[in-house]
Amino acid sequence: MTQVNRLTGGQIDRDTTLKFYFDGRSFTAHPGDTLASALLANNVRLIGRSFKYHRPRGLLTAGSEEPNGMVELRAGARKEPNTRATTIEMYDGLIANSQNRWPSLRFDALAVNDLFSNFLSAGFYYKTFMWPAAFWEKLYEPIIRRAAGLGSLSMQADPDEYDKGFRHCDLLIIGAGPAGLMAALTAGRAGADVILADEDFTLGGRLNSETFSVGDHSAPDWTAQTVAELLAMPNVRLMPRTTVIGAFDHGIYGAVERTGDHLPSLPAGKPRQILWRIYTQKALLCAGATERPIAFENNDRPGIMTASALRTYANRFAVTASPRVAIFTSNDDGHRTADDLHAKGVKIAAVVDVREDAPLSYDYEVLKGAQVINTRGRLGLSFVEVALPDGSTRTLDCGALGVSGGWNPNVHLTCHQRGRPVWNEALAAFVPGENLPVGMSVAGSANGVMSTHGALRSGAEAAAAALDLTTQPDLPEAEDAPMALKPFWYVQGCKRAWVDQQNDVTVKDVKLSYQEGFRSVEHLKRYTTLGMATDQGKTSNITGLAIMAEVAGKSIPETGTTIFRPPYTPVPIGAFAGRMTGKDFHPTRLTPSHHWAKERGAVFVEAGNWLRAQWFPLPGETHWRDSVDREVRQTRASVGVCDCTTLGKIDVQGTDAAEFLNRVYANGFAKLAVGKTRYGLMLREDGMVMDDGTAARLAEDHFVVTTTTANAVSVYRHMEFVRQCLFPDMDVQLISTTDGWAQYAVAGPNSRKLLQKIVDPEFDISNEAFPFMACGKITVCGGLRARLFRISFSGELAFEIAVPSRYGDALMRRLMTEGKEFDVTPYGTEALSVMRIEKGHPVGNELNGTTTALNLGLGKMVSKKKDSVGSVLSEREALTAPDVLKLVGLKPVNPEEKITAGGHLMNIDGPVDATHDQGYVTSAAYSPNLNSHIGLGLLKRGDARMGEKMRLVSPLTELNVEVEIVSAHFVDPEGERLRA
Amino acid sequence: MIINHPLLGPRDASEFTYLGDASLIDRPDGTAENAADAFYDYAYLRDNPAGEHRELWYHEAGDRSWLVVTRNTLTHEISKVELARDVARTRGRSK
Repeated sequence: MTQVNRLTGGQIDRDTTLKFYFDGRSFTAHPGDTLASALLANNVRLIGRSFKYHRPRGLLTAGSEEPNGMVELRAGARKEPNTRATTIEMYDGLIANSQNRWPSLRFDALAVNDLFSNFLSAGFYYKTFMWPAAFWEKLYEPIIRRAAGLGSLSMQADPDEYDKGFRHCDLLIIGAGPAGLMAALTAGRAGADVILADEDFTLGGRLNSETFSVGDHSAPDWTAQTVAELLAMPNVRLMPRTTVIGAFDHGIYGAVERTGDHLPSLPAGKPRQILWRIYTQKALLCAGATERPIAFENNDRPGIMTASALRTYANRFAVTASPRVAIFTSNDDGHRTADDLHAKGVKIAAVVDVREDAPLSYDYEVLKGAQVINTRGRLGLSFVEVALPDGSTRTLDCGALGVSGGWNPNVHLTCHQRGRPVWNEALAAFVPGENLPVGMSVAGSANGVMSTHGALRSGAEAAAAALDLTTQPDLPEAEDAPMALKPFWYVQGCKRAWVDQQNDVTVKDVKLSYQEGFRSVEHLKRYTTLGMATDQGKTSNITGLAIMAEVAGKSIPETGTTIFRPPYTPVPIGAFAGRMTGKDFHPTRLTPSHHWAKERGAVFVEAGNWLRAQWFPLPGETHWRDSVDREVRQTRASVGVCDCTTLGKIDVQGTDAAEFLNRVYANGFAKLAVGKTRYGLMLREDGMVMDDGTAARLAEDHFVVTTTTANAVSVYRHMEFVRQCLFPDMDVQLISTTDGWAQYAVAGPNSRKLLQKIVDPEFDISNEAFPFMACGKITVCGGLRARLFRISFSGELAFEIAVPSRYGDALMRRLMTEGKEFDVTPYGTEALSVMRIEKGHPVGNELNGTTTALNLGLGKMVSKKKDSVGSVLSEREALTAPDVLKLVGLKPVNPEEKITAGGHLMNIDGPVDATHDQGYVTSAAYSPNLNSHIGLGLLKRGDARMGEKMRLVSPLTELNVEVEIVSAHFVDPEGERLRA
Repeated sequence: MIINHPLLGPRDASEFTYLGDASLIDRPDGTAENAADAFYDYAYLRDNPAGEHRELWYHEAGDRSWLVVTRNTLTHEISKVELARDVARTRGRSK
């Protein structure tokens, strides 16, 4: 028979049987099960191996605090390591595998680590792998990485979708236990917009795990009724399977909703998980409490669990971990577990209570003043050894042991804004302190109110207080027993007693770390790794702290506590990424003539968010250089067209527009005539060059400014800063028109002839009427409005023509048709770059944030007659010293040899090292006009070193080329062509 | 983080870009005698207060207002949000 450990009752659907696989074996389960409850039902106690010692491990808990029961869930690309079996909702066909074991879970070779535990104590990484240093990278680290760690990644891309969303409410209630449900009823009935989120798939929290009544109903029935009422309220949104992971600034909460993890397969287009950002003025934390274990010798065997977990498995999932169970407790709650298990027919071997005055039972034996001192059982618990107060010992025969050391309120989210919890002596636990995140309050056991009636009452009161309500629903009768407990953390004399089971931290490790001088809790954590595993010490932190306090002879509050950071439980990276993966990582911007370029077979390159044509290969061109060299030659010989839409365009209007540009550009603009364009150099306030571009004066009070593609956004931001923050009364307005206009460079000796074919005849664009640097509004192709600028980046006679974006594609096609007689070529960014290097124009490579106008040979442009941004600090001594870098051209002595950008320039005979560095190469290309590789570089005193031979080196690539320093203007240095 | 924009109401921080200390509004006169020293202070020297800090935020994905936000660096509490243009005028800036 399968499911030998099934009991009666519970919230499972016995009419449906599900099949699942663990380590390749098939088992059955029912809807309502978790993977953990289903494994226990099938008598599987051994689930994994521990992190360091590879000890056999089973389940410790029944919730998200689980440190041990971690599996690899699903298979193939959907495999997810380190998933807690206690939170995995069962579905038909579920596949899970144990992890951190080889060759098998029952026989694990690295279990040998357990025999060498003396060498693997606290800080063993620091002590063992110190020397020699060279061994670390090649020997120690790979070994540690293979031996440690838990599950393994699929090494494939996650095929599923994740999403992000935003929600708003009046009151966010975190946790749907008795406090949360009562709070939701209170706020919901009052008409408030409420979100009730709970990490579980069934709302109710511990009410689902208890047998007592609430009002006239059993706890689960009252829960179901309450959830049904809330579901019917249009102003209440229930979010099961949703973990609120963090409390962020100003009432923003992060939450992960597992929309698809419980489904055998995702419906098409549906996300697996959604990361919600929830905005709320008020939040009520009803996160409950977590039972903490007691540390004793060999307390980590499969079958040893928290007592409340045993109760949850029995009452909610109708499962016992074993037919014979013992309880080890320091409080009355442990007895409740014994009562419930006994009522379900489970044999109670004994209740071991550390208190001399423990309550007795008619149903089972209670050993008062007794302690568990050891356990036995190789792959699972079989015996428990108990020390009795008279000094004798007793052995209990049992397959499971429920341990209860009291309850820790789940204060985690109260700490996310650096709030510190405070010690509560009666509970022997930390409760939320004063300094909560703004708008947050806490109710129920999360606030140290441990009875069910108390939780219901505090939930109602807190919701009413948060929303200023005057009425509250009547409270149902419920259990209201006080918490009766004796603080008891660990059994004296134990050594290999686990505190943090996931990271294999024992009582001995905590003591050792104190002896070795780690007195602060934060140091204890880092030295022993206590609480630093995926469960973040939910079941172990306070116990570790209590042991440290005892060794130090201090109280727990004197010893201090650590606070918690988001996320509350681990979040897959996929949920953070949402849909921003692969091509959707950022938006892709296409220029209006993109589709035309694609038809021409263009090769594209990413330029920021833009895709730009890099070159346009023709049939027979096999290497990119073939295409680029041809595009350069054809443009310089006749005419070429390049899409420059991506350049930033900013419209500047107002009576102070000219004066405004005078302040943002280093060179003067006040006297620029209408119908003229000027190159503009923009500095940062520290004197470095920020950007360059052109400003065209279309009217007395109207300029169009261009920026580089890369800086379009930051220059616009800077200009708005200057406008609003520095000169708030200037009459000037800015608007970005980058997307409004499609713009094309038409360059080459035949560019005018080509344009004359499309510019409407009333506009004269002859050299006399429209000379170099002219600009104006025109019409083309029979009335289409356009802007024409006679500017040149290539050094040729050239124009830039702009038309409204929607005509960009048509204009490009028209230019190609009309240009056939001139053998027109489109050219891409590579040819553009070759021609600008041939002409010595600086771009982003040279405007790299560390260069001044003086470095770029543009020092004379910085006007001394006016106060513009950056002008003062550009004059600093160090920036104007005689040996500052200057822009130069570079030619290899042997034209076959390549110039490499990033290479450094050294004196021909001098030593090659950083102290003798003379400068570096910023740009490099092959010039089909010079039939040579060429480059631009920044060289100390470069302008005075023309003709000098230098060595271009790169120690990384063993580059070593002899180069000659030449003028940066390789082609047409006098600028005759562009004025033609 | 939420910034309560004086014109548009509460807006999510993801709509904004941060620049830095609001003292950047107090740009010195570049033609003054001591301009070099004044600009050195202006460009490089900042207070780093634990507590209230006035800082410049730009509503880049919104209406492009520059704002002066008074934020407590210890608690992230935002106690005041003003249009930088108004602040600049009260600090004597004009044309």
